[in-house]
Amino acid sequence: MDWTAYLPMLWQGAFVTMTITLASIAVGAVLAFVFGIMRVEGGPILSTIALCYTEVFRGTSLLVQLFWFYYALPLVGLSFDPITTGILVLAAHAGGYGAEIVRGALSSVSTQQLEAARALNFSRLQTLFRVSLPQAIVEMMPAFGNLAIETLKLSSLVSLISIADLTFAAQSIRNITLDSTSIYSITLLCYFAMSLVLMVAIRVVERLVRRGQAFPQMPRS
Amino acid sequence: MMYGYEWDTTTWLTYTTSILPIILIGLTVTLKAAAAGFAIALVLGLAFALLRRSRLIAISWTTAVIVEFLRDTPLLVQLFFLYYVLPEFGIVLPAFLTGALALGLQYAAYTSEVYRGGIEAVARGQWEAATALNLTRMQAYRDIIIPQAIPRIVPAMGNYLVAMIKETPVLSVVTVMEMMGLANMIGERTFEYLVPLTLVGLIFLLLTLICSAGLHRLQKALPKAGIPLR
Repeated sequence: MDWTAYLPMLWQGAFVTMTITLASIAVGAVLAFVFGIMRVEGGPILSTIALCYTEVFRGTSLLVQLFWFYYALPLVGLSFDPITTGILVLAAHAGGYGAEIVRGALSSVSTQQLEAARALNFSRLQTLFRVSLPQAIVEMMPAFGNLAIETLKLSSLVSLISIADLTFAAQSIRNITLDSTSIYSITLLCYFAMSLVLMVAIRVVERLVRRGQAFPQMPRS
Repeated sequence: MMYGYEWDTTTWLTYTTSILPIILIGLTVTLKAAAAGFAIALVLGLAFALLRRSRLIAISWTTAVIVEFLRDTPLLVQLFFLYYVLPEFGIVLPAFLTGALALGLQYAAYTSEVYRGGIEAVARGQWEAATALNLTRMQAYRDIIIPQAIPRIVPAMGNYLVAMIKETPVLSVVTVMEMMGLANMIGERTFEYLVPLTLVGLIFLLLTLICSAGLHRLQKALPKAGIPLR
């Protein structure tokens, strides 16, 4: 069997990997903002909830989380198909790290900005959405980029809960052909290519965010 | 290694206490794998960092590509690659060593960036002084630059050690019986996954909380001892 014969199967797997990665990044970004803002702006109760969320998902291993939800959710009567479980766990994991990024960026907005907003009689929500977030979001982008690449790499672990992603496809072909060298080399190169594409995509998003900054040409005095 | 152990699944409490000794054996494997991987990452990362700074463009570019490749591909696939491909070239390593090597390779890519940052943070005057003293580049690195770079990168390295501990469960796929592999195996035999997996999760949480608290104290203590962190 020639190595080109593996490509259709690997391509199917790569498609699943891309879908899972993009879905997890999207859901993870929402979770990151919700919990990150809760950490900074929420009262004592909300910020404690957010703290527990980030500590649990950052403090335990992703593989343990995957298996836990894969086996535990059906016991409480929630059974999703493996792909949904995989996406939810990956998103929750990325969201835990993302929430820390959001928290860090929000708390690094200079206090003068907040005082100015207060002097202008902005409400708390207005201060958050019109003053803090537009400035903080630019600071978050490089860290979010790393997190996106990390999510792509970690998505390979969903193959262990029987999702037919790229790694799973590689494993199944190897089990039939035993041609490890070419299969794993191609697989590694596929992941590398996907990472590079993702990096370019992140650059584009970063530039868009920078352009959409609230006061791009604010005169400095 | 499961011989001689009995477990009692009547209540979750008896179940937990009966599997705890086995899981703790797994914990030692987890810690050993992380320690071995970290040692590899420390040595290899420094080598990558120095080669990356080589004056020969061929060497520095090749190193840059290798580091980027290691950093952008999943640990799991790298692990499969080492586990299945090395034997085809006659290199047969025990599963534990293969796992530690995979961890070490992936994290060497990360630590090389940390080393690079540390080396670049050493003041230029130090290089000039080394040149003035007629030291070779090797001597300057060995005696002047690296000794000054290392203390300030300790906290960053610590973060990677914690991250590495959390990645060791991946090694269970190549039959390294660390905590999670054992928990899964117990689950397969009793059809009761929840208790062992929760136990393993809690141990990981405890482990990382302790490590982060230690690192936090270290980060406070180093500047007081006269070591600038940035």
